[in-house]
Parts: sequence; C-alpha cells; structure tokens
Amino acid sequence: MRYLPLTPADRSDMLAVIGASTIDDLFVDVPESARLDGPVRDLPLHASELAVERHMTALARRNTVAGEVPFFLGAGAYRHHVPASVDHLIQRGEFLTAYTPYQPEIAQGTLQMLFEFQTQVARLLGTDVANASMYDGSTACWEAIGMARRITRRGKALLSSGLHPHYVSVAKTMARYTGDLLATGAPALTAKTDVDQLIAAIDADTSCVVVQYPDILGRVADLTPLAEACQTNKALLIAVVTEPVALGALRAPGEMGADIVVGEGQSLGVGLQFGGPYVGLFGCKDKYVRQMPGRLCGETVDADGRRGFVLTLSTREQHIRREKATSNICTNSGLCALAFSIHMTLLGEAGLRGLAGINHATACRAADRLARVPGVRVVNEAFFNEFTLDLGQEARPVVRTLAERGVLAGVSLGRLYPGEAALENGLVVAVTETVTDEDIEALATALTEVLA
Amino acid sequence: MTINQSGWKPTAPAGRGDAAGATFTGNKALMLEEPLIFEIGDDQTTGVDFAVGDVAGSRLGGLSRKDPIGLPGLSEPETVRHYTRLSRQNYAIDLGLFPLGSCTMKHNPRLNEKMARLPGFADVHPLQPIDTVQGALEVIHQLAHWLVTLTGMHSVAMSPKAGAHGELCGILAIKAALEKRGEGHRKVILVPESAHGTNPATAAFAGFSVEDIPATAEGRVDTAALTARLGPDVAGVMITNPNTCGLFERDLKAISDAVHAAGGYVYCDGANFNAIVGRVRPGDLGVDAMHINLHKTFSTPHGGGGPGSGPVVFSEALTPFAPLPFVERDGDQFRLVEEENAEEHHADSFGRMVAFHGQMGMFTRALTYILSHGADGLRQVAEDAVLNANYVLRRLEDTLDAPFADSGPCMHEAIFSDRGLAPGFSTIDVAKALIDEGYHPMTMYFPLVVHGAMLVEPTETESKAALDQFIGALRSVAERAKAGDEALKTAPHFAPRARLDETLAARKPVLVWKPKVAEAQAAE
Repeated sequence: MRYLPLTPADRSDMLAVIGASTIDDLFVDVPESARLDGPVRDLPLHASELAVERHMTALARRNTVAGEVPFFLGAGAYRHHVPASVDHLIQRGEFLTAYTPYQPEIAQGTLQMLFEFQTQVARLLGTDVANASMYDGSTACWEAIGMARRITRRGKALLSSGLHPHYVSVAKTMARYTGDLLATGAPALTAKTDVDQLIAAIDADTSCVVVQYPDILGRVADLTPLAEACQTNKALLIAVVTEPVALGALRAPGEMGADIVVGEGQSLGVGLQFGGPYVGLFGCKDKYVRQMPGRLCGETVDADGRRGFVLTLSTREQHIRREKATSNICTNSGLCALAFSIHMTLLGEAGLRGLAGINHATACRAADRLARVPGVRVVNEAFFNEFTLDLGQEARPVVRTLAERGVLAGVSLGRLYPGEAALENGLVVAVTETVTDEDIEALATALTEVLA
Repeated sequence: MTINQSGWKPTAPAGRGDAAGATFTGNKALMLEEPLIFEIGDDQTTGVDFAVGDVAGSRLGGLSRKDPIGLPGLSEPETVRHYTRLSRQNYAIDLGLFPLGSCTMKHNPRLNEKMARLPGFADVHPLQPIDTVQGALEVIHQLAHWLVTLTGMHSVAMSPKAGAHGELCGILAIKAALEKRGEGHRKVILVPESAHGTNPATAAFAGFSVEDIPATAEGRVDTAALTARLGPDVAGVMITNPNTCGLFERDLKAISDAVHAAGGYVYCDGANFNAIVGRVRPGDLGVDAMHINLHKTFSTPHGGGGPGSGPVVFSEALTPFAPLPFVERDGDQFRLVEEENAEEHHADSFGRMVAFHGQMGMFTRALTYILSHGADGLRQVAEDAVLNANYVLRRLEDTLDAPFADSGPCMHEAIFSDRGLAPGFSTIDVAKALIDEGYHPMTMYFPLVVHGAMLVEPTETESKAALDQFIGALRSVAERAKAGDEALKTAPHFAPRARLDETLAARKPVLVWKPKVAEAQAAE
C-alpha cells in the first residue's frame, strides 16, 4: 500500500519491542464478539492510482460542468473566475497540511493570514471586527441568531422573506432546539423588498431582524431605516450577504448600521464545488466581540518583543468553557478562508470594484435582453448581478428543458420554494463576469423557443 | 556554461563568533520576515486584469459604495511571494511528524487533491438540475455506502460540515427520537470527563444538561458509575471510542445495552476511528450515532484549521430522524431527498443543517482515499496506526510517566504525564523544546484527567525511522526537563517566533489591522 511506509520487517521488529507476538495482541481489549477476522466483507480491495483515477474521472464525467455551457445559476453560490495563483498557493503543503494554529511559534503563516482575512472581511462587510471564518453562510446565519439571543436576552427573530430559504431551514432546525421563535414567510414576486413590513413587525420581544442583501430575488434595499428601527427597539440587525462581490459596488451593511453581518465567502477563491466546502464570513460591532462564535486571531508580541499572532479570546470556546461555550465550533474553514484572502489580495480595492462593475454591467445587459423575450418580465428594479424573471409559466420544467438543450438557465423558485404557487413562475438568474454576450444570447434564444 | 573560477577558490568557513547577530532586514537567510498586506499593498494595485466593460447605467438602487473600502491589492508576483513566505512560517505534515493527539495528522495523498479538482466535481453548482449532477450524487452515495459498511451501521447523514457539527447532528437526532416517543423530558446527557470539549458544548446547545462521568484509574469510563446514573431523565451518553486516553472502551457494548435498557441512546465520538477502521465496527458495539471526521481517518487535508467534514452514521433506531438532504438510489438514477419530497417517507427528519449538500470537495477526496486503500488497506491503516503508537509508548515509558501503561495496549495514541519533570517544569516546556527539534508538539494538557497530559498520535503514515528519530528527540527533551535545564523555559529558540504573549492578546484584543495613529494623522 503506497501510503504506508512500514515494511513487514519493521512491523515484526516493532512488535518485538512492544512485547506482542502478533498485531492481534494490540486489539485484545476489543470484545471477542466485535472483532473482525479480516477486511470488512463486500467491499473492494486496494487499487492503484491509475485505477482510482479512472473510477473518479468516470463519475466526474456524469456531471454537466458549469464552465462548459451557458451558465446562470446563483441563489447562494456563484461562479467567478479564480486566478490560477490562488489554487497554486493553497496547495502549498505548509498551508494545506497544517492544522489549527495551536502552537503559534510555528504557525505564524496561518495566523498572519487569518489576521489579514479578518481585516479584509471586516472592511468588506463594514463591521468593526470579523472572525477567522465559519463553516458556511447558512451556519454563520444561525450562529448570528443565537448570538443575538445571548446579547438581547430575547427569543424572537424576524427573518426577512428575502432570506435564502435554505438558510431559513437551517435556522428553523436550530430554533427547534434553542427555543427561538422565528417569524418568516415566502417573498412576493415584486420589485419591493419587505423592509417596511419588517420595521412594522419589530416589537419588544424581537431579538433580531435577519435580512439578506442582495436578497434571494437579487433585490437591494437601503438597510438604514431598518437599522434605526432595530436600534429604537433594542433589537439587533443581522445582515446576510451571499454574494460578497456585491460589496465592491454596494454600500456595506455595517455602514448602514447592521450590528452583525454574516456571509457566504464562496464567491472569492473557493469555486462552486457542488455546495462545499465553502467559507462563512462573520463580522460584528466591537462591543459584541466576546459573544462571537468561532475562532479569532489576534495580534500580540513574542518574548523578544516581535509582532506575532495567536488564537485569542478562547475563553468563549468549547475546549475551555465546555457546556458554557458560545458555540460548539472547533474547526473553521481555514483553507477556504485562505483562498478567499488570496483572491481578495490579488483583486485589491481597484480589482474588486472593477470585478463588481463588470458583474453589474453584464447583468444589466442580460436583464435588458431577457426582458425582450416574449412573456418574460424582469421583477427587479434594483439588483447587483442577480435578478428574478417572471416567465409567465411554471419555471421549473422550463429550467429542465433548457438544461437538456445545454443551457443552465438559473434557479427556479419552484426548486427553492416547492409548493408555493405564487412563486412557481419565478426564475432567479445570476450573471457574473464569466458570462459572455454569446451566453446571454443563447439563453434568450432558447428561452424564447421554450416559452413559445 | 561553467562557473568562472578566477579570483575564487574553495574555503573552509571560519567560526561565526558574534557575526551571527541581527541583520538589516530582520531576515535570517531562509527565515524571512513578511509584513502585512496592509503595509505593502495599496488601493490602486491589482493582480487581476479585466476586459474593460460597459459600466454605464447603474441599477444599484442608489446604494453605490462610494467611501474607500480599505482593501490593499498586490500584483501577482508580490502576492505569490507574500503567501509563499507566510507558508514557510508554518509547520505541516509535509515537513515532518505531526503527533497532535486526537487530530490524526496523517499524510494527505495528492491524488485526492487532483480528483477533487476535476471540473466535473469542482465546477458544478449545488442547485443544478438533478439530471446534470448524477455523478456528484453517485460520489456521495458510494462514499455513504463505504461509511455505513465500515461502521456496521444502518445509514449515514453526509451533510455535517465538521466533527462538532456532526456531534450536533447526532444529538439532534437523539432529541428528535425522544420527542417522537413522547419522552422529551429526558434532559440529561452523560459525558465522561475525558471527553472532547465539543461534547458538552454540543449537548448544552441542544438544550440538554450535561453530567460528568468519572474515569477509572486505568483510564476508561467508570462503567459502574455510568450505569448507576441511568434512569428516566437520561437521554443518552456521549462516549469517545477509542477514548482520549488512547484506550479502547472494553465495556462499550455492555454500556450500550444498559443505556438502551434504560431508554437512552448512545452517541459515539468517532474522532479516533482511525485506530479501529477495518478491525471493529461501532455498530457491533451498540452505537446509535457516530460522526466520522473525514479530515482525520480519511485524510482530507486539515488546511490550517478546516474545512472539515463530519458525516454521521446512524443505527436503525435513529435513521428516521436523520437530517435533510440526502441521496437515494432509484434504479440507475440518484435523487436528492429534500424538504419537498421528505414527507413521502422521511417525515421525521429533524430538518436541515446546511444550505446545500455538505462538503462535496471532501467527499471526493475521502472516496479517492478509500478506494486507494480498499477494505484490506484500511484495516492495515488501523493496525499500523496502533502499532506505531504502542511502539512510541513502550520506547518512552522508561523516560516519561505513562499513567495508563498497565491498562493494556494503547490504540492510536500514547499518553504521558508531566510527573517526574523537575520542579517548575511542565508539559509546555517539553512541547516548546520539541519545536526546536523540528517537530510539531503533541496535544498538551488534554485530556484533563491526566496531569500535564502529552497525547502523542503518530499515525500510520510514519516510517519506523521517522518514529525512532522522534522518540530520540522526545527522550532527549524529557531528560532535559527532568534535569531542570533552564533553556527549556525559553524554548523555542529557533522558531520564527519565541513564545507569544497570549495574555496580552486576550486582554487588549487587536483583531483587525489599523494604521498606527501617528501615521494616520500625518496622512491627513
């Protein structure tokens, strides 16, 4: 076996040192009834690199590759071009095969990267601080709801109808156990978001309002009035950003008064990967730092007075606090955070603004072209790189038919909100810098034919 | 071309004397200092070229971001150099033995990386029509089959994102099962005191109260104390097997039977599955739920602290409560069971834990690893991991106190205490001195049941020669600590940084970079 360096001679020498006659002697504590006398049955035996590569490649070929077709899916995961150097750098063994930086003297590479990541994320989200990442956007979202409960000591969270329905599902699952009450509903196929309804619904029991920006239909709304209403009622405003590239063009939620801003960082550096691993972003106001979940990296000095970085404020965490911890989180999403951070460093402010500009411009062209398809209405007035179409007929079968014709048209609201008849004509279309004018034309043409 | 040798001839270096002091740059040859991106980048520089697009006409709803964001950019060469230099300040498995107990830092085969990057896996959207992702669903299905078969369990939930997330998955399933039985009043989860901190944190999150169960002098769960505590208020137990003292819980089957008889469920923390994969199936020990850290046993890279992946295998009793979504085979097609079709035959699911389908990138890596090893290779993995740990234990028990040396063979990890070190010396001094010897230290001060614990997990991917050198280094350091060598107290001496002030970091947290005040004022 190519990954196992011990030779048969090594094994017998080592058994002799231990004082065991066979390897079975080392498993004597396993009750006899549970001992397996050979490899687990009905499973294949070891295979060569070549054979495994063939097997996996055959499986990979059964998927439609996003980059090989006109591709317009978003709804929480976005296809962006990732510079080649990102993947090269994250595959350096010193990053790839290191662990959580428990020994800071020999983990300054990871720690400095995390410090830079935290700063980049905080600036992007417009928050005072950010943590060293979460599993993904959806888990960051429910951790934020829990954090709001701890801070406000209230248990009712108002979830915007524009929040990603999977994020709502995750929050609902957790609320069953934490006792939080969640108020939520499905969005309406209108240009206007539900900010006004949210403001009206805030009361003295409200721990937080959770609003997505841009929302699941791609709509954007000024969060300032909502932030003010939250503040008046001593509730927290949690903003959720599933497309961080948007913040290269749109005002940051933190600037508009959000207390906690969470997000999905997948857009930068990480790639689609069929849904994971992704990287959760988590930022908040300074005053709430000690209620934050997850790892935090902080600056300090070493015994010689040189600047260095360590994991800090760990008294919030499970390995110290055990059942009193702010979260049970142990790992973050370190390597994805690295990919995010490298991509952001390559972009810089000028690059991020340029990238965001191209996304928005391409999306505007696509919206205009698709609006000319007979029977199609663009729902949004304002959007960044994603908008919703009303197809005038059920969108889900249309998406399937278009896929058969080699066009991945977007995410139907029927898939996201099964059973919601009022939404079944909706199609959410994401348009990033990877979309060409030929792709837009291909979608418009195919859609025209299928809807006819 | 040859070197022009005129004016040059080989010399023997003289002694360095005082010349080996400070340098102009602060660098020491290959040990290179690297500033923060905020100190070297600016808001105009970018390492990415864009075709200039038509950006006329904004539909941003009047919400254009006008103020500077403060994101420095670097050109590509500067970026590559920045991160390459940072990487060299890290220790990693690729550099040497990484004996961090309970973390299973084994070699990460590069075939896994290559397979995960096939466009058919890496460039696929989670919400594509099901017909266009059959290969991805089949990967999940195949890996699920391996995990269920290797553990002798009934089903597996693939979506949890890490070990602790998997624990939560298991505990929520237990809670849902109890509620379904109308026994939501069972509020107590019993957790051995040697457990990972995530266990009590998870149980508490799910609304359970946690009660500690003591360990016996030989380092195992006190079965008598545990069974005596069982009763109508106990929801279940969380047991790590092999446990964090590196020992197999001999009584686990008996404990499981007792817990079941008392109406509770058994959660097994599978962090240490590497020691028994292919030798023991947890299903044969009465386990109801167990998470599997793909980043431990199945070698997906730890990545400097994630991403992990923590699928949870379930017994038949808990299977109906497993989370959504999951993959089902339907003839030669694969389908996704989600909220909309769960009602058909999975109505008791406790719900969804993540936005999409779990850590697909880790599934492809883990499946690649598993197929490479096969059932025979995985059994060999456990045997070599256990052999290596026992070898370390027996070679060092004459030098370091091994509190459970007489408790039978250890499993995947060997545990030592700080007993016998000179007064004033502790585990941290041994650990930091190991850094100077070129090793990542073992897990320190965990589990809590051993004073000054040093938990050494060599894994199966170390050669005997590598183990012998490590044993020599740890012996040398331990002897210096026993002799009271003061130099240990200031170790490491040769790392990129000396010991760091963690108290300062926590007292005055600096979590983001800010320009120094004087510089900021000067800039105004």
